[in-house]
Amino acid sequence: MSAVRIFVPCDAAAVSVGADEVAASITAEAKRRGLAVEIIRNGSRGMLWLEPLVEVATAKGPVAYGPVRAADISTLFDANFLGGDSHPLSLGLTEEISFLKNQQRLTFTRIGVTDPLSLDDYRAHGGFAGLDKARTLKPVEIVEDIVASGLRGRGGAGFPAGIKWRTVASAQGSQKFIVCNADEGDSGTFADRMVMEGDPFMLIEGMAIAGLAVGATRGFIYIRSEYPHAIRSMQRAIAIARRARVLDDSFDLDVRIGAGAYICGEETSLLESIEGKRGQVRAKPPLPAHRGLFGKPTVINNVLTLAAAPWIIANGGKAYAEYGMGRSRGTMPLQLAGNVKYPGLYETAFGMSLRELIFDIGGGTASGRPVRAVQVGGPLGAYFPESLLDTKLDYEAMLAAGGMLGHGGIVVFDDSVDMMKQARFAMHFCAIESCGKCTPCRIGSTRGVETLDKIAADIEREKNVALVRDLCTVMTDGSLCALGGLTPLPVLSALDHFPEDFAPRLRAAAE
Amino acid sequence: MNTDKIIELASREVAALKAFLGPDAPAQGALLPLLQAIQHEFGYIVPDTIATVADELNISQAEVRGVVSFYHDFRLERASRHTLKLCRAEACQSLGSEKLAAHLTSRHQLEPGHGKPDEGLSVENVYCLGNCGLGPAALFDETLIGRLDEQRLDAIVAGARK
Repeated sequence: MSAVRIFVPCDAAAVSVGADEVAASITAEAKRRGLAVEIIRNGSRGMLWLEPLVEVATAKGPVAYGPVRAADISTLFDANFLGGDSHPLSLGLTEEISFLKNQQRLTFTRIGVTDPLSLDDYRAHGGFAGLDKARTLKPVEIVEDIVASGLRGRGGAGFPAGIKWRTVASAQGSQKFIVCNADEGDSGTFADRMVMEGDPFMLIEGMAIAGLAVGATRGFIYIRSEYPHAIRSMQRAIAIARRARVLDDSFDLDVRIGAGAYICGEETSLLESIEGKRGQVRAKPPLPAHRGLFGKPTVINNVLTLAAAPWIIANGGKAYAEYGMGRSRGTMPLQLAGNVKYPGLYETAFGMSLRELIFDIGGGTASGRPVRAVQVGGPLGAYFPESLLDTKLDYEAMLAAGGMLGHGGIVVFDDSVDMMKQARFAMHFCAIESCGKCTPCRIGSTRGVETLDKIAADIEREKNVALVRDLCTVMTDGSLCALGGLTPLPVLSALDHFPEDFAPRLRAAAE
Repeated sequence: MNTDKIIELASREVAALKAFLGPDAPAQGALLPLLQAIQHEFGYIVPDTIATVADELNISQAEVRGVVSFYHDFRLERASRHTLKLCRAEACQSLGSEKLAAHLTSRHQLEPGHGKPDEGLSVENVYCLGNCGLGPAALFDETLIGRLDEQRLDAIVAGARK
């Protein structure tokens, strides 16, 4: 009898709640019982509340159990989970779980399904179809297919990727670079991490396609140091790809590790950092597309942007553009986080409303209390009140509602949240992470914290609220990049939508 | 005292950069990997190595110091035996990370961000570990922890101080 294949995720989130112990326990228990099992450490399916999610390969497809603790293993064996039989932790066929079934996965299609570091698995599940096809196309055809797909930068700015590629393709340079921005620092986001841990070859393939499209022979992946699992995964995948000659002198990649600076997620700071400098923002122009890394024409894109390229080239830009709404084409891997019952990765076409995502898919809060505020787009994103939850998740619709989609992170807060504290935190975070180049950001953020503290202490409240608003205007208009320029979003949205938290009600109630 | 080791690490990092980008690549491009290698080797950026780093990369000491002071990861002082990085960003806030920070301060006299190197454990703040669905999250040395609670914190502190 051949060994039963069992999948236990190696994804950092799964490991953080005991996946390694579960895998070890399954191995030990199988040995004790004299049963043959093969454990595959897959990526995460993205149903985080079910982690560690254990799957067993059966004739009908993978059968899921979760959340599994090491202590559950002996009862799982007793219940014959190796045959896919029933157990209190049974979830049935994985593909039938509604959270997964209703998604439109283009980028995340292999994640959780394959062994992330197996090239054979990657090929068997459609990997390299894009790169193989790109090799038969002229560079201009690759670029125009990306343009036709409508793909926009998934890092947050939403700039059309094809236009960026076209600019670099037509720029002159002895050397050109592809740089992947994997400095995923926004709270509430983890899609880049899941790609790097769950399907690293897809990112390598996407970068190789970009290299062919613009004539670049070298690429860097800049990964934040807070992601040790993703760093290891990408380094191993690159070594495997080199041995298999997927990467060679015609296009090669290297990993650069960040050093704990949020600002290095801003593209020009990131380039400075790779060059061995302080991660200070550069003024644009010149655009990185003209003068980027080491002064050479550079494509710099987020992980999800580059990871979308293989599907687009394999299936055609037109097929990708069929998903989505308005000027937001394709799919977005949304990340549902914070105080939500069913947190996870949900990839779907643009156009779902926040309400559908949070309630229909996310099941409301984990605490069971009412949803009071939802922050979309990381620490520089606006806080949405209940009344705005019908806003669609699309670049323009979010903008129209006074927010931004950013990198697609959605953080849910229940009614215990104090929005004045959240506004203060936004200013505090900006003060910690400001690169210092622009005065409104460097000094304004600290003044913002002080002024909000005065409001909290009920010192000249109305005057100080006006001062905070004035400060926000200066930061918005007087900062080069999004850190100083968008910190006002969470602050002003808190003031506008939750004014009661800035009134002296808390002390009055306490007295 | 550490000069030979620094020169060895610098040659390695510069050689790796030039092998990847070609002989014309500016040596300064190796600065971050070099500082990371030094911190890995010695546990911190030993101040008396800065002059050697500057010499090896042909940049000024001011540039090296500027980089060291800019990035939160680099330390100019010895670290504790263990480090706990507690996530203080929004998603973990929504799941109670601030209560955990207060618990560390009140119960264990470990105020995040104010660690002393002579203690077994220093607690630092971190802003997002990418575990935002399973918060509160923390990184204990190289181990990522999800759904952190006071009990688990107490066990970590007790273990680290042994």
